[in-house]
Amino acid sequence: MELPALSPQGVSARTRRWRRVRRIVALPIAALALAGCTVPTFGAAPGATTSSRSVYHLWQGFSIGAAIIGTLVVVLILWAVIFYRRKSDRIPKQSQYHIPLELTYTIVPILIVLGLFAATIVVENKEVANPKTNVTINVNAFQWGWKFTYPGENVVVVGQTTQDPEIVMPVNENVHINLTSSDVVHGFYVHAFNFSRYALPGVLNQFTLRAVSTGTYDGQCTQLCGLYHSLMFFRVKVVSQSEYTTWLASNANASAAQAAQKATNQQTSSVVPTKTSKSEENN
Amino acid sequence: MTDVLDPPVAAEVHDPAHEEHHGPTGFLKWITTTDHKVIGMSYTVTAVIMMVIGGAFAEIIRVQLSAPNNSLVSFAQYNELFTMHGSVMIYLFAGPFAFGALANIIVPIQIGAPDMAFPRLNALSYWLYLTGSITVLSGFFVAGGAASFGWVAYAPLSNSINTPGAGADLWIGGLLLTGFSAIFTGVNLCATIFYLRAPGMTMFRMPIFTWNMLVTAILILLAFPVLTAGLIMLYCDRHFGTHIFSVPGGGVPVLWQHIFWFWGHPEVYILALPFFGMVTEIIPVFSRKPVFGYKGMVFATMTIGALSLGVWAHHMFTTGVVLLPFFSIMSLLIAVPTGIKMFNWIGTMWRGEIWFSTAMLMAIGFLFTFLVGGITGIYLASPPLDFFTHDTYFVVAHFHSIVMALVLGAMGGLYYWGPKMTGYLLNETIGKVQFWFLFIGTQVFTLPGYLLGLRGMPRRVPVYPLHPSWQFLNQLSTVGAIMIGISTVAFMVNIVYSWKKYPAGDNPWDGHTLEWFTTSPPPHHNFYRLPRIRSERPTWDYNHPDHAAAEHGHHDKNPVA
Repeated sequence: MELPALSPQGVSARTRRWRRVRRIVALPIAALALAGCTVPTFGAAPGATTSSRSVYHLWQGFSIGAAIIGTLVVVLILWAVIFYRRKSDRIPKQSQYHIPLELTYTIVPILIVLGLFAATIVVENKEVANPKTNVTINVNAFQWGWKFTYPGENVVVVGQTTQDPEIVMPVNENVHINLTSSDVVHGFYVHAFNFSRYALPGVLNQFTLRAVSTGTYDGQCTQLCGLYHSLMFFRVKVVSQSEYTTWLASNANASAAQAAQKATNQQTSSVVPTKTSKSEENN
Repeated sequence: MTDVLDPPVAAEVHDPAHEEHHGPTGFLKWITTTDHKVIGMSYTVTAVIMMVIGGAFAEIIRVQLSAPNNSLVSFAQYNELFTMHGSVMIYLFAGPFAFGALANIIVPIQIGAPDMAFPRLNALSYWLYLTGSITVLSGFFVAGGAASFGWVAYAPLSNSINTPGAGADLWIGGLLLTGFSAIFTGVNLCATIFYLRAPGMTMFRMPIFTWNMLVTAILILLAFPVLTAGLIMLYCDRHFGTHIFSVPGGGVPVLWQHIFWFWGHPEVYILALPFFGMVTEIIPVFSRKPVFGYKGMVFATMTIGALSLGVWAHHMFTTGVVLLPFFSIMSLLIAVPTGIKMFNWIGTMWRGEIWFSTAMLMAIGFLFTFLVGGITGIYLASPPLDFFTHDTYFVVAHFHSIVMALVLGAMGGLYYWGPKMTGYLLNETIGKVQFWFLFIGTQVFTLPGYLLGLRGMPRRVPVYPLHPSWQFLNQLSTVGAIMIGISTVAFMVNIVYSWKKYPAGDNPWDGHTLEWFTTSPPPHHNFYRLPRIRSERPTWDYNHPDHAAAEHGHHDKNPVA
């Protein structure tokens, strides 16, 4: 990034050069800090939940670091490639060690990594926290569809590859999700939430989503789960609190829900008993 | 350093004429040999064939993805294709190419050994590898087709109910065979490096490639038995009624992920370290300088090896059942030794006299591609960012940047050591055409994947009906994949075109290490004579006695900016 100037002034020249380097590095950072909200997106989006926004800012932070370090390394490689092409049969100076320099590029990365780790922990703790909630939704993944149950509300939504189900959830409310799988490993992924979590057989995974803007968002299974993995879609519909209450009331049909549940049980459990019987046969 | 040439030390008392090996030739030689060079060549040819097969699968996958609702292959065929693409590339190409092919040939010569420590075991490794490879691939010819649960075979998708059929069993059996092959090669490399070094070849005079292969071999010994055990458990679950990974039987499916990745993450470095080593041999030779920070490089390699055993669960951040901060910091820390390596490579080129041979171009292409893959890997070490990108094309693009960097390194290794292995150079013009197709193709192939992942495209999907807007980036990626395919064709053309055309001589690149001291190809037991070994560059010291490496600590007062 800088000319390896063979200055006769020695140390003072080096100090000057370092000041210049610092200025060059500091300027864009300061500019970014001042610009605030104009930090580039680096391909990501803030998303629709509180967590997704923290993740987005973490993404931006990582990307700024990546851009600076990546640019530095690319410039160094290009510099070497352009200016140290073989021009003669000369044998260059056989330098092999420069301990201060080597220590610098060991210690500085450690500090950068610790910084990244600290930022990670802050966002992670927010994201995996399970604050008190009024709304709980049980999400069950199966080959190849989803079942959303609203415990205590008598609402069940089931959808398979032929018909994508929709989770309805209220905006500005902590929504507690209990995620399970009936058969193989699935991935519960909502792009607009910048979030995914495995649905594991035999494990109850819990997390909290807090949507901050209404709308309908696409979700999809991201963990390979067999033949129709690519068609295992769902949607998340974030609505206002009043719309949510209305929706619950109009869908709280106990008998219909039970029927639907029965149908799903048959559908999903058709796999499980086979498993057991097959294993027994083998035994 | 004295200005007198060190006299060569006679390694063998025999007349060279007596050294000619009077064994069988042709097919009989191939099936009966225990010579590490012949076994290594068999490995090389087999592994490159595997690369071509795996690459062909990749081309079909990429063409299928060039339209949202393409129907070139069925869903079932698609699952088989990406499973076998990953399996062939990881288990049957990259690993065996690194430690079976190049390490097998080069490591004994680099340390002045006559052969591997256990030549017959070495031969067994190759035959296990070949039979294992054929076993895995034969899955395509059985009813129900090849394995279709992804190269990671997550339980319970890989059990006998969700994936019935012989294809999956052949996959397990084949991997057991290649796994044993890897373990035996690991044993062999360790023993060879520890016990068969020539007089004067101390550990800290070993070339970096040999160092990296030592760490790789140790990682193989620690990691592969775990995979072997896991595969046996999986097979028992499938056929003998055990319930290790099945919930109805009281088992724990996520245990498979732990076992798999306990092997799988060291495996990433088992794949990567040999190629780091190749690049570390190529860059100094073509810059006419010693490796910058040789000892730092060795310690960085050891650190990577050690850390790689404690990061497996970063593949499992989204399972919700692992300790996130621990695996996060361990994974982030790997960036430090990897960064040291990157700066050491640049430091080696710094103020050198760089000769842009095909091998060197491949090595520089490696640096750029590995930089992209390395930096995106840092994102994935952060659990919240992993939740965001896990199982999307971001991850696919990340590890393809890494593995394509390794392919560039592998090609560099073939152009660099090919003349030593065969006695003939490859055509440089065709080589450069190959390089540019491979390098540009790699970027055009991987970079759109990052954007697709950020827009939410999941892995392992043959169609994306709800998102026709992803088509353009997918097509771009497909174009890149086709360019990579063209580069492979160029490589084949080069082999045919250059066949026995350009005799290499003993030392075509003014090499540093012992392999450039012997003939091309080396005689039966590698050396008629050896130079004095007083640094990690004995051949260079012999040829350029006035240009030994600058003393430790005597550095330029006005260093790199």
